Amino acid sequence: MLHYLKTEADTENGRNFDAEISNVSRRGVLGGLLTATGLVLAVRITPASAREALKPYPTGGLTMPDGVVADPHVFIAIAPDGALTIVTHRSEMGTGIRTSLPMVVADEMGADWSRVTLVQAPGDEKKYGNQDTDGSRSMRHFIQPMRQCGAAMRQMLETAAAAKWNVAPALCSARNHQVALLDKDGKETGKVLSFGELAVAAMALPVPAPETILYKSPNEFTLMGKGEVQIADLHDITTGKAGYGADTRLPGMKFAVIARPAVLGSKVKSYDASATLKVPGVEAVHEIEGVFAVPRKFGQLGGIAVVANTTYAAMQGRDALTIEWEDGPNTSYDSDAYAAEMSATAAKPGKVLRNQGDPDAAFANAKDVVTAEYHGRHLVQAPMEPLVAIARIVGGKAEIWAPVQSPYGARKEIAEALKMPIENVTVHVSLLGGGFGRKSKWDFMLEAALLSQKMGGQPVLLQWTREDDIQHAFYHTASVERIEVALDDAGKVSGWRHRTVAPSIVSTFKQDDGYQFPIEYGMGFIDMPFDIPNIRCENGQAMAHTRIGWFRSVSNIQRAFAAQSVVCEVAHKLGRDPKDFLLELLGPDREIDPKTAGFPEDFWNYGEPYKEFPINTARLKNVVRVAAENAGWGKTLPPRQGLGIAVHRAFASYVASVVHVAIDDDGTIRVPEVTSAIDCGFHVNPERIRSQMEGAAVMGMSNALYSGITFKNGAVEQSNFTDYDVTRMSNYPQKVSVHIIDAPWGVHAGGVGEPGVPPFAPALANAIFAATGKRLRNLPMGDKVA
Amino acid sequence: MSSITINGEAHEFSGDPNMPLLWYVRDMLNLTGTKFGCGAGVCGACTVHLDGVAVRSCQTTLGEAAGKTVTTIEGLSPDGEHAVQQAWRKISVPQCGFCQSGQIMQAASLLAKNRAPSDAEIVEAMSGNICRCGCYQRIHEAVRLAAGGV
Repeated sequence: MLHYLKTEADTENGRNFDAEISNVSRRGVLGGLLTATGLVLAVRITPASAREALKPYPTGGLTMPDGVVADPHVFIAIAPDGALTIVTHRSEMGTGIRTSLPMVVADEMGADWSRVTLVQAPGDEKKYGNQDTDGSRSMRHFIQPMRQCGAAMRQMLETAAAAKWNVAPALCSARNHQVALLDKDGKETGKVLSFGELAVAAMALPVPAPETILYKSPNEFTLMGKGEVQIADLHDITTGKAGYGADTRLPGMKFAVIARPAVLGSKVKSYDASATLKVPGVEAVHEIEGVFAVPRKFGQLGGIAVVANTTYAAMQGRDALTIEWEDGPNTSYDSDAYAAEMSATAAKPGKVLRNQGDPDAAFANAKDVVTAEYHGRHLVQAPMEPLVAIARIVGGKAEIWAPVQSPYGARKEIAEALKMPIENVTVHVSLLGGGFGRKSKWDFMLEAALLSQKMGGQPVLLQWTREDDIQHAFYHTASVERIEVALDDAGKVSGWRHRTVAPSIVSTFKQDDGYQFPIEYGMGFIDMPFDIPNIRCENGQAMAHTRIGWFRSVSNIQRAFAAQSVVCEVAHKLGRDPKDFLLELLGPDREIDPKTAGFPEDFWNYGEPYKEFPINTARLKNVVRVAAENAGWGKTLPPRQGLGIAVHRAFASYVASVVHVAIDDDGTIRVPEVTSAIDCGFHVNPERIRSQMEGAAVMGMSNALYSGITFKNGAVEQSNFTDYDVTRMSNYPQKVSVHIIDAPWGVHAGGVGEPGVPPFAPALANAIFAATGKRLRNLPMGDKVA
Repeated sequence: MSSITINGEAHEFSGDPNMPLLWYVRDMLNLTGTKFGCGAGVCGACTVHLDGVAVRSCQTTLGEAAGKTVTTIEGLSPDGEHAVQQAWRKISVPQCGFCQSGQIMQAASLLAKNRAPSDAEIVEAMSGNICRCGCYQRIHEAVRLAAGGV
């Protein structure tokens, strides 16, 4: 069947089948719902004329490299038997996007979801548009193009049916994988043509111009907003058949691991592989040159690769290596000393990024000042699937298989590293066993490609161990956030001074000057939404001594922790209810005007045009109220229990969380319940939004209580899940209730993958304070409190 | 030469008896449903059954498995309809899915010896399996569902 589809599409209909057809065999639809949907469709046929024109709105997707593509021939193919193939061009790392974007296409087409097969696109942004799957952007940037593709194809099917019946296209209406002939009153005549019968004719028609495309009205949606479609890979995942990075098998494939320098920038001085080569199964040892010139970008660290007939033999061989390393410039990096340095920097004025009103006067005239400093350690993404890539080079053409968030970026730089034209490099995207930002960086793929090249093109699977993953990441930055809050005679907040000090992601991409860039200071720092008359945001210098990268929700982690903690601290000082005080600080319902608020010119806004995606305090306040109400805010709790609240806007979505804490007799911090409200605008897949929010609470708890990376003598001190602790079932948020704010199409879809993380840690810290009177300001806070 | 029965099939093995079962099933038998997560027995992604009991295949050597019966996720049920697999689908447990083979094998082992585990017993049995996506709430619910009969 799949083979047939591929051949058929190649020869007759599609122009798109260089993409790989995945093995999606049994897609789940929740029991009974298929029937229910069918019934609804049978009784409510909307004539094509009731459809609506939609005014497109600009998104940041247009300014991403290679922008967006909305050509139905690129994303859709229908076979003569009616099998519908939809290309999914974003990487699946657990958000469900591989299912959710095709759902948009299928719904708009009037297709039967059970007839859909998904194809994962290889890295080719010229064809598919931007594929860089991070920044919680997939739905935000591609919901419009995907609706457009689906609606265009539906119109082509209806036009093809009209030609066959020799009637006006307005009398033809696609639904349930058929086009129905309507009478002039819009009622079904009983005559239908299946999508399969129309496939060849429809796909040969010209694609309608965007301004002539009509869209389904929301009451016609069969998939969007329903939460009834299960992820496409569910059956394969539960039977062990789902294909991740290390699951491809090529004839003659070898297995390899690499010994890398413990300290960034160190080089191989000499090595002795004689013992390694005696290990049974080891076949070869190759030196992989590192990228040492700054900026390193995602260049490989360099080291010694051991190639063997199993991963086990390769690891044994690596253990037997003797390597002498030449020290690089980062051997003195020490986390404790560095935190003290950052703290000293935060005590002094820094580079002013935002100034509103006269904060100096506000502090000079303050009756009282609350000063608090919040620390965060480095974090490593540690997806459950360690990095892995498979590479082979045949006849001057390279193929790479990898769980990668940004397959086209990787392809470009692999071509450069192999000195090949980009056309000769193919990057296949497997499922990702988690990503969280780490798999945006393709150093592991460069290693595999370079290693295969050294092996004369032989296929090789390069496996990172968990130790490699923990010790050679692109780390979430370590940070100090210092906030001073001025209170006037009336007990009102009159001034806000926030200093951020943290090594920057910029250091990965250009010569480090120790200062942050707009993406970082645009994450809950200069875009802080409180209605305070005098505000100053300053950035102090901090040079990077390791590779700094992004981790799910990025700088929002430390910003939300600091800002939402200090609000609760001030509320306590004033004897106010933290939720009421938070709402008061958010001020009147308004869209913040970046100019009068003193935002810098380069205010990032998650890459979105501000007019379309403004900071809306009414939406912030609404999620606070919804979360608080549903959590029973204000209820009386037993001793050593408490509620904490926090709200944060990130990736153009708004999330508030109330965390309920219960402290055990031995001081263990437990979380019986989390109540979250998310306003992500128009939403497609509420079931996956809920799962993202549930997961965000778990990851939020890891960040808040357990996880931290520290450096000593330039090297990472942690090595595995033994000392890089994460949330386990022994202590996890027991019940996460998620309330999704319903929003019409006009409220643009925002991000979902990341925005749930930032409010968790401050809400937890505030709850711990409510339960114990202890204010914890350093992440991770530890899992016990006295 | 030692013999191991894996998913009902006998395999003769003459290599290094210290090789972890994980790499034998993945790299030599191409049974890729069993996942490598930590290599230290602390994440549970590689969980398989050894004579019906959940073990970490990254910590179980071929020598230890010799003469015994191994079941991997591929062999849990001939049609993928084990009660735990059904419950997992009914609750829509997975996000990225990578740890789920191990979670399912761990849960199946628990239910094989304890048809009606308490919440505390579920937590105890499942705490060695990490899910970085954070599916714990649904895992817990799915184990309960599987115990009650899907």
